Amino acid sequence: MEVRVVNVRKEFERFPALHDVSLDIRSGELIALLGPSGSGKTTLLRLIAGLERPTKGAIFFGDEDASQKSIQERNVGFVFQHYALFRHMTVADNIGFGLKVRHRAARPSAQEIRRRAMELLDLVQLTGLEKRYPAQLSGGQRQRVALARAMAIEPKVLLLDEPFGALDAQVRRELRRWLREIHDRTGHTTVFVTHDQEEALELADRVVVMSQGRIEQVGTADDIYDTPNSPFVYSFIGESSSLPVKVENGEVWIADRPIGLQAPHAPSGEAVLHFRPHDVDLLDGCSGCIAGTVAASRRVAGTRRVELEIGGERQRVEIELPVDHPAAQKSRVAFRPRRWKLFPAA
Amino acid sequence: MTTAPAQAGWRFRQPSVIPGFGLTLGFSLAYLTLIILIPLSGLIWRSAALGWADFWALATDPRTVRALQISFGTAFIAAAVNVLFGTLVAWVLVRYRFPGRRVVDAMVDLPFALPTAVAGIALTTLYAPTGWLGKLLMPLGIKVAYTPLGIVVALVFIGLPFVVRTVQPIMEEIDKEVEEAAATLGASRFQIITRVLLPGLAPAIITGFSLAFARGVGEYGSVIFIAGNLPYKSEIAPLLIVIRLEEYNYPAATAIAAIMLALSFAMLLVINLVQTWSRKRYG
Repeated sequence: MEVRVVNVRKEFERFPALHDVSLDIRSGELIALLGPSGSGKTTLLRLIAGLERPTKGAIFFGDEDASQKSIQERNVGFVFQHYALFRHMTVADNIGFGLKVRHRAARPSAQEIRRRAMELLDLVQLTGLEKRYPAQLSGGQRQRVALARAMAIEPKVLLLDEPFGALDAQVRRELRRWLREIHDRTGHTTVFVTHDQEEALELADRVVVMSQGRIEQVGTADDIYDTPNSPFVYSFIGESSSLPVKVENGEVWIADRPIGLQAPHAPSGEAVLHFRPHDVDLLDGCSGCIAGTVAASRRVAGTRRVELEIGGERQRVEIELPVDHPAAQKSRVAFRPRRWKLFPAA
Repeated sequence: MTTAPAQAGWRFRQPSVIPGFGLTLGFSLAYLTLIILIPLSGLIWRSAALGWADFWALATDPRTVRALQISFGTAFIAAAVNVLFGTLVAWVLVRYRFPGRRVVDAMVDLPFALPTAVAGIALTTLYAPTGWLGKLLMPLGIKVAYTPLGIVVALVFIGLPFVVRTVQPIMEEIDKEVEEAAATLGASRFQIITRVLLPGLAPAIITGFSLAFARGVGEYGSVIFIAGNLPYKSEIAPLLIVIRLEEYNYPAATAIAAIMLALSFAMLLVINLVQTWSRKRYG
């Protein structure tokens, strides 16, 4: 089912949580809402589910205006960060709950409900645990039950709110792969919220980056990482360093020296240079480069991270060097970013 | 003492990191013995001195049987009423924010603090045929004061805080997400309450019920004012004990007391077992 969010605004007691957000979600897509806390990603998810009502705007499921429908009528599967299982029911009863509460006319027989619960239990790889209570399951198992429960009602959209947020790293990675598999097999349109960029980039077909109640950028993992369209996305996704610079006649300057970067289309004036710490060329001499004094050097796994102080204002930036690179021993390092982007100064 | 002689004897459980298991257990047992066990065994010892035939004759005395029926029956009904409305009160206090909520919250505890005789007199004044409420109920043919209904009213008053105060904290812990999950799965408001919320509250409600019930069985002060105390009609067992004491009929008094003790203990035990069972299930 295709989902369209059209000019949605949401205020909580006059405080705006979402400003005029629009988003098209394609049928069968696995899409991630990524952002820091307070960016409005969970609010957007809850609006799609019907757990909140938009202050303005509308949400369409296919051609139907879903914003006029109650939560019960929307037929969405929602998975909560803390599972929200019914703890007085067995696993099988939890999964069958959505079918059992249907009106008599639409309700399958008790046997059919049971068969369906078993089938889903198989799908989430928890065969044999149907008689357990949620308290007797591990976190990862509970979340699988929650997903099976959400899928039992054959939802139009599957919505997951930080589904792996409460689990430890190992289980997270495992469930991530597993969720991708389930999605590929069942083809539900799925939206999930996360603040973990690795999770979003690895799992989703498209990533929606949000900040302060607005959508910053929508795109594939490649789009988001390689061509970020705002300073926020650049610094939020992956590692990044930034430096205040000046543009004059299509050339980039730091203080009174050109650094050898050409920006023919950039307007002259103050700007901020963004680059990835690992995407730099180290230079020996310095005519047209960025040079700085080594302030700190840390070994991080396979690389060495060096913090440099640049210029008279002692702006700090970080670059990554190979572990055995001789530059790490020196007190001054010169480099030039290989790939970079200029944004107007804020 | 290096050979760990403790291994030889039996142990309750593995000691935990927190020391003092032996000390605290010993203290608890000594305390319970002093406060509860010795008085109660005195009671049983006195009634045992009666001999079986005498005891049976006293126990099956129609007036005693009737008084016990009234005591346990009214306490049961009052506890049931309190479960219904106490849960409702707890719900309102937990879920809604309204002006004066704290005052209402504090008011719930009043029956704890108020001398029961004061409560009894106040209720009697209200419900007597000439009282404010009694006057209104009279034309409808409902008599409250001086009937078993009056006893129920007094016990409802006395027992309300027990239910509210046991259910309230559990209700506060209910995760709003669980309700939201049920709603997204298509459950109506009514289904959410009956299938999701109430089953989760069941252990707390059972506790509240048993406390209110136990209190109701033993209640004396408020009831004797409103009950009218007509033998065979509205005379409660605790009152009958006092009457027997005033007649210097100590054997009869202890016999009734022993029966009450046995019945109460049996019922509380059953309720406790139900509770353990539901706790085990719901974790």
